[in-house]
Amino acid sequence: MTRLVLELADVRKGYAAPDGARIEVLDVPELALAPGEQVALRGPSGTGKTTLLHVIAGIVRPDAGSVRVAGEDVARLDEAARDAWRARHVGYVFQTFNLLHGFSALENVALASMFAGPAKVGRARELLERVGLLGRLDYLPHKLSIGQQQRVAVARALVNAPQLVLADEPTGNLDRDNANAALALLRDTCRENDAALLVVSHDERVVERFERVLDLATLNRAAALGAKA
Amino acid sequence: MSARSYSLWLLARRSLRQHALSTSVTALSLALASGLVMAVLAIGAQSRTAFTIESTPFDAVLGARGSQLQLVLNSVFHLETSPGNLPWSTYEEVRARPGVRAAIPYAVGDNWRGFRVVGTDARMFDAQLLGTRTPRIARGRIFDETLREAVLGSFVAARTLARVGSAIHPSHGVDEGHEHDEDYVVVGVLAPTNTPLDRCVWIPIEGMFRMGGHVLRGGGEEYHAEHDEEIPDAVKEVSAVLLAFDSPQLGLELDREFNKNGKDATLAWPIARVMAELFDKLGWMDRVLTLVAALTMLVGAASIVASLYDAMHQRRRELAILRALGARRGQLSTVIVLEAAAIATFGALGGFAVYASILLVARDILRAETGIVLDPAAGHASLALVPLCLVALGAACGVIPAWKAYRVEVARDLGPTS
Ligand SMILES: Nc1ncnc2c1ncn2[C@@H]1O[C@H](COP(=O)(O)OP(=O)(O)OP(=O)(O)O)[C@@H](O)[C@H]1O
Ligand SMILES: [Mg+2]
Repeated sequence: MTRLVLELADVRKGYAAPDGARIEVLDVPELALAPGEQVALRGPSGTGKTTLLHVIAGIVRPDAGSVRVAGEDVARLDEAARDAWRARHVGYVFQTFNLLHGFSALENVALASMFAGPAKVGRARELLERVGLLGRLDYLPHKLSIGQQQRVAVARALVNAPQLVLADEPTGNLDRDNANAALALLRDTCRENDAALLVVSHDERVVERFERVLDLATLNRAAALGAKA
Repeated sequence: MSARSYSLWLLARRSLRQHALSTSVTALSLALASGLVMAVLAIGAQSRTAFTIESTPFDAVLGARGSQLQLVLNSVFHLETSPGNLPWSTYEEVRARPGVRAAIPYAVGDNWRGFRVVGTDARMFDAQLLGTRTPRIARGRIFDETLREAVLGSFVAARTLARVGSAIHPSHGVDEGHEHDEDYVVVGVLAPTNTPLDRCVWIPIEGMFRMGGHVLRGGGEEYHAEHDEEIPDAVKEVSAVLLAFDSPQLGLELDREFNKNGKDATLAWPIARVMAELFDKLGWMDRVLTLVAALTMLVGAASIVASLYDAMHQRRRELAILRALGARRGQLSTVIVLEAAAIATFGALGGFAVYASILLVARDILRAETGIVLDPAAGHASLALVPLCLVALGAACGVIPAWKAYRVEVARDLGPTS
């Protein structure tokens, strides 16, 4: 059996509520992704989708459990090590793309490789060409259409050739056509780059396009609590 | 852009460009402040040396009873008015003293186009007697002591465009005023000494005695020199006698003789001490100026803190994105400190321009007013220390906003829709 890209075991994460009580947000006994696999994770608002992605990306440290990505237990690394590790192994696509305003399309993509070693300008250019933006390399984000910004965000997530790409509501504020195009782009590009893809969304139109769909309401034993609260 | 230009410096640079206005205003205020500090310190140090040590070939001045400072200002710096005269006999006596290497008589009271006319004798230009600080002839020759001839200091020649062969008309008084009838012919122009001597018009002292309208009171009664008649020594007067000694010992002796035991004359000795005392009295001005300039620098530095700190609010999201892309907390803090240090560096660079401008203006004013010439290119410790302190101060100012950058939390600051 090939080694898994993502292997989550008994992950728990809780927060202190304003009244001081402890609220359990995540309680995920198990989640696994094979290399190159594409999975959709659905769940209504407040079920911990973003929190789960943050835990997988090493942005948030779980209270308990292990998060193995490409064989490394992220939860055990200290913060600086997680940052460096994230730069090298995880691509992250945000719902609002979160491009950097003062930097051109090419710079946005190349910058993301700067924290994982010497900047890969050539690869950044190549990826932007692959998503059809060769003519827009020097454009600042606000001069790009929403769809073009999305493509820059996808190229950015892939610049370090990560084995795992995480996408949080990647079609959240796109209309139906754009949403379909964006999703297709994300999936195709991940496939071309041999990256496993985990998309979280509460949008059924997004979720239904995936062969493997996980429901956070059942995956996360704390979800019912969080969603109700 | 090449791979190598992707660095933390790129992030800092871009942010400075995005906040170009506050960056340049802050840098400008730092430039003014640091330029001012450097100029005050450098001008203070340079002029102190120039006024105390390098201003004159002489050791002492002997003049009428009064203030030593006024004597020095009048006879060495050719400022202020003459405190009075000495009888010729006093000059003869001191000149004959063993150990007096040179005793040069000055008679003043006239000007030509605002430049002091000094009656003296040809030994004034004898470098063997007075050393290299006394002016040498650059063009022409020294005046003949029996003729109406003049030698111009280099600054006078440059300002008035007078040349060897030009005729000049001295006027009475130290400012422009009533013109004497006598015509003097310029026979020589002196090489620059960068001292007040460059601002003088030199004529034979005999000519000064004979200038129309001049009165000699050396004999107790008024005496008007007549043409073709020898002036008796008894009626002659000098404004001051400039002295060079073989050894400082004589200075002590004469100081006791004239200042402590005598009543008729004042000896200003050593000239450097008299000027140093003046500088010490004026020292508070220097300190106040330096303090004001240093405070301006602090305010400028505080505005680095303010502008970066304020910008932090809108930059939180950007920094959170960078963190999500793998930037470490320390790297983000470094970016902010780099920005602060860069603003301070721009300020320091601009400071050199401000310094140079102030010094050029100060040099022209000081040269026109005193003949002392500052050198803007001369090194001074403050030229290295002030910029270094400024950059260090700037970087230190970056620490506060950098701390804010350090505390950016991806999960919180990326916004709710991430
Ligand atoms: N820093 C925090 N402190 C306290 N509670 C938090 C914190 N972050 C998240 N939560 C809680 O965790 C729960 C899950 O939040 P999360 O953002 O993961 O939901 P989500 O599934 O992404 O929702 P949405 O679809 O609306 O984005 C929510 O109830 C939220 O209040
Ligand atoms: Mg969410």
